[in-house]
Amino acid sequence: MSGIFSALFGALDPLCGPIGIFSLFGSDSLIACGDAGWGDEIAFGVLVTITLAVATVPVGLFIGFLIALAAQSKDKTLRLAAGIYTTIFRGLPELLTLFIIYYGMQIGLQAVLAWFNYEGRVEINAFLAGMIALAVVFSSYSSEVLLSAFRAIPHGQYEAGEALGLSRWRTLRLIVLPQLIRIALPGLTNLWLILLKDTSYVSVIGLADIVRQTGIAARVSKEAFFFYFIACLLYLALAVISSFGLRYAERWARRSEVRR
Amino acid sequence: MSFVTELIPPRPAPAAAKQGLTGARIAGISVLALWALLAAGLVLTVINGWNQDKFLRYGPRYLHGLWTTISLVGISVVLGAALSVPIAFARMSKNRVAGAIAYAYVYVFRSTPLLAQLFLIYYGLGSFKPQLESVGLWWFFRDAWYCGLLSFVLNTAAYQAEILRGAIESVPRGQHEGAAALGISKTIAFRKIILPQALIVALRPYGNEIILMIKGSAVVAIVTVYDLMGETRYAFSRTFDYQTYLWAAIFYLAIVEVLRHVWAFLEARLTRHLKR
Repeated sequence: MSGIFSALFGALDPLCGPIGIFSLFGSDSLIACGDAGWGDEIAFGVLVTITLAVATVPVGLFIGFLIALAAQSKDKTLRLAAGIYTTIFRGLPELLTLFIIYYGMQIGLQAVLAWFNYEGRVEINAFLAGMIALAVVFSSYSSEVLLSAFRAIPHGQYEAGEALGLSRWRTLRLIVLPQLIRIALPGLTNLWLILLKDTSYVSVIGLADIVRQTGIAARVSKEAFFFYFIACLLYLALAVISSFGLRYAERWARRSEVRR
Repeated sequence: MSFVTELIPPRPAPAAAKQGLTGARIAGISVLALWALLAAGLVLTVINGWNQDKFLRYGPRYLHGLWTTISLVGISVVLGAALSVPIAFARMSKNRVAGAIAYAYVYVFRSTPLLAQLFLIYYGLGSFKPQLESVGLWWFFRDAWYCGLLSFVLNTAAYQAEILRGAIESVPRGQHEGAAALGISKTIAFRKIILPQALIVALRPYGNEIILMIKGSAVVAIVTVYDLMGETRYAFSRTFDYQTYLWAAIFYLAIVEVLRHVWAFLEARLTRHLKR
């Protein structure tokens, strides 16, 4: 079964499949797929970039939602705690956040293991560190978007939920959340495009994303301009594709607002 | 028949019901405790790992890196602002070709990562050494600092053009018409009526853009410019001391927070005539 799926997936591969861009236009050149060129390596980099971005969003959104809830709670201490979080992670450069989390996790884990008399070297998975760092940054920005969406929902909606006898959790889930998604979607769309660009930083800690793969190709083949141009084009293509998808999502979220 | 014989004396309002330990409060206090713990850990690492020798060796380098970051961002924001004006006007012009070119420029530079743009300029254009030498531009593309500056200027110009365009278009049409009705020429109307209103709208996005540039400028460290991040990486590669990154974080947070507060003050000051 999985063989069929992988064959289907391989056939639809937009870069190196039988009808892929690299295989159609790039054969016998530097971006040919297979051993002759760098096409398949770059295609793998695209896959890593997309996977990283897609894996980051749910984690970042979940943390961001919790932070937004904390930032609008009645309790002062909770608001302060959320404020500190967003101030720190919106103020630090993404690159520095990535290094702090990457090396911090390594050093912290080593210290914990030393406690248990383990003296080996610890290597943190670059994908995991990148995902955590990007999720932390994404959550601090998305919490602001969600917070302003929360504020746009009139108080009467909560009171109506209470009047219907819904519990607070059900009010949130059935009344507030559907409206929240619709209001917050444009802001979150922007954050997705920013996240897609921020994934390029993980190349610095050695994850094989678009920038790293094209960089290796550039160094080996001495055709730096060509390969970095390809990298820019790939990011551009990802942005164009996702903006089409997000436009569809926005239309979907707004389907109740159509004029009758 | 019964009736009230004595009035109830006036009483103060009942005391507010005391909120005990709610879940929110417990969560808030525990998260705050976590932050306090982290802060204490930070202070402890700094005190325990204090080393006069390292401080004297790397302290001045950090300050130098800070200056590199600030000057790089300052120059690129100013040059980018200059470059953004023609782009914004091309984007707003009725000329289809100019509008399309400006739109393409903005779209491309806003949807590719700064890191890839920097690599394209530094490594990519750097591979055309003979051609650049013959034109006499090699001194520019040889230096990582200039390449960083060029990529920042191109990048921030795209963002600032959008800010400027949005701000100018946010001024209501009635303002143009009012100026025309008063017989004020278009250039004077733009300079004295449209632009002041537009720049107030643009103030906050400009502040955000500067903060984004300061954060984004850390990428030049990867192409061997010794800005704040570059000095941090240098110090870390020499000492393997985790503190180096913490110091950088403190510096960056300080810059961003100072800028944020200065901008909030500026905005409050410049919009005080709009407050009712």
